[in-house]
Amino acid sequence: MNQSPTAPVLALGNIRKSFGGVVAIEDFSLTIAPGEIVALVGDNGAGKSTLIKIISGVYVPTSGSILIDGEPVAMSSATKARENGIEVVYQDLALAEQQSVYMNLFLGREMTKGPLGQLDRKSMIAETQRLVDELDVRIPSPHATIRDLSGGQRQGVAIARATHWAKKLILLDEPTAALGVAETAKVEAIIAALKARNIGVLIISHSLDQVFRLSDRICVLRRGKQIGIRTTAATDKNEIVSMITGLNAS
Amino acid sequence: MSPPSTTHPAESSPLARLSRINLQQYVVYVGFVAIFVFFAIVLRDSGFLTSRNLVNIALQTAPATIMAIGLVFALSAGDIDLSIGSTVAVSALCAAMAMAAMPEAGLLLGVAAGIGAGLAIGLVNGLLVAYLRLPSFLVTLATMGLFAGVARSLTQLRSIPVTDSMFTGLFGSGSLFGIPSLVIWTVVAVGIGHFVFRQTRFGAHVLATGDNPRAAMVTGIKVPRIRLTVFLISGAMAGLAGLLYSGRLQAAKYTLGETDLMTVIAAVIVGGTLLNGGKGSIIGALVGSLMMGLLNNGLILMGLSVSDQMIVRGLIILAAVAVSLRETTR
Repeated sequence: MNQSPTAPVLALGNIRKSFGGVVAIEDFSLTIAPGEIVALVGDNGAGKSTLIKIISGVYVPTSGSILIDGEPVAMSSATKARENGIEVVYQDLALAEQQSVYMNLFLGREMTKGPLGQLDRKSMIAETQRLVDELDVRIPSPHATIRDLSGGQRQGVAIARATHWAKKLILLDEPTAALGVAETAKVEAIIAALKARNIGVLIISHSLDQVFRLSDRICVLRRGKQIGIRTTAATDKNEIVSMITGLNAS
Repeated sequence: MSPPSTTHPAESSPLARLSRINLQQYVVYVGFVAIFVFFAIVLRDSGFLTSRNLVNIALQTAPATIMAIGLVFALSAGDIDLSIGSTVAVSALCAAMAMAAMPEAGLLLGVAAGIGAGLAIGLVNGLLVAYLRLPSFLVTLATMGLFAGVARSLTQLRSIPVTDSMFTGLFGSGSLFGIPSLVIWTVVAVGIGHFVFRQTRFGAHVLATGDNPRAAMVTGIKVPRIRLTVFLISGAMAGLAGLLYSGRLQAAKYTLGETDLMTVIAAVIVGGTLLNGGKGSIIGALVGSLMMGLLNNGLILMGLSVSDQMIVRGLIILAAVAVSLRETTR
């Protein structure tokens, strides 16, 4: 694993979330180091989305602690989570289809100049170009309209946006669920390249093959319970499957 | 450094992009020129090309153009404001009544009452749409009727004269360096509207809200506040249009703005603004509005009866809207 002495970018301690009497998450703990990719797996209804929403500030946990860079934070809203350097790539990507790539990258956080607060399109375009080159997201131009892009290109833009703003952690929710084989490979390459940026990545995926290709560690959830965390290199698919299903596969 | 995309060459080729842009965005300019040339030839002996007639067209379209600016904001944010016609009447009447009640306060009171009435109606629409989450089509359909009724009952259908000469000069017959005040109002409103729409974060947030409200929300845009604001803009613009009408006619009546809604919607849509939000153009709306003005004027000069005018205008609007929407509703 990561040997640097720095604090984990994210440390969840004994997180519990209940809705009325229904417990969605009980006693969940996880740390993510800088440059580490952790996969969160589990069946439908295991509590993955609830967990994502807690980390991204949509839900406030009933109890437990959230530490970012070792500092406890109160994640009371999505805005607060963004301020803390956490970005989410949603399953639906949350892109504005009829706007350009560069306006999407800066959506809600547009660069401005001058006393009248004019949009600084030139800087946004240059920054977008730099970022897509760096991440090797192959789009025709920063001016391209989102709806003219393929699924993989859109996913690339959504990841590029998260990468640009995330200082600590990116959450990826089923990043390749809607993509074909070639595009999946392309998006996985982009995700793998995020390690070099020294931020944490938490990825939710139904594809165990993908999880094994990308992640450093795998965290398994079942019915709101944390079943265990395995180092990817030291486990295999059978073990993870039996942890997900609760059946002994071997 | 990275090889060019190979996934969708057709979609990103310059030719494909050019053809799409051509149809969608320039239909209004082509239509404007075509209609102008047609009337210039057909009506060459009927005074269509006289400067007096052309200036007259500009003066007549001023209120509709101002209303169109407000509607571009509303439509781009994914909402519609059908109440702008009624707002014009209420604003004009409020301005005229306020000035009649306190002649010594004159101009300022009239402006405050007129714009204030527009903002108030915009506030009602905006709160219902943005915070009670009612569909804007139904909300403004209802407030359109409601405020048409208010306009009628305000003065029991009577017309209120506007006698303040400062007011009628500023919003009607006056001019600056030989340029009629209505033209100045149009240019100023289009200039400011275009700047706000294209060059500011607010404009970008309006487009994002209309395009994908969820995306706007998760990126930190305060969607309800944007939606409320576009209704305030729409109301204020309709209020200003009411001032222009009452200034030019030197009177306010409940019928003002009554027939404008169709014209304004047509002008805005032909001008390249999408009905479902996410895309709009203030300059396009201006040209669209001028196009409607040309059409009105030319059909009258051709000697068509009112009923024939309505039919021809309806058909031309239908054709123009069909062409401008063809590409976008694929």
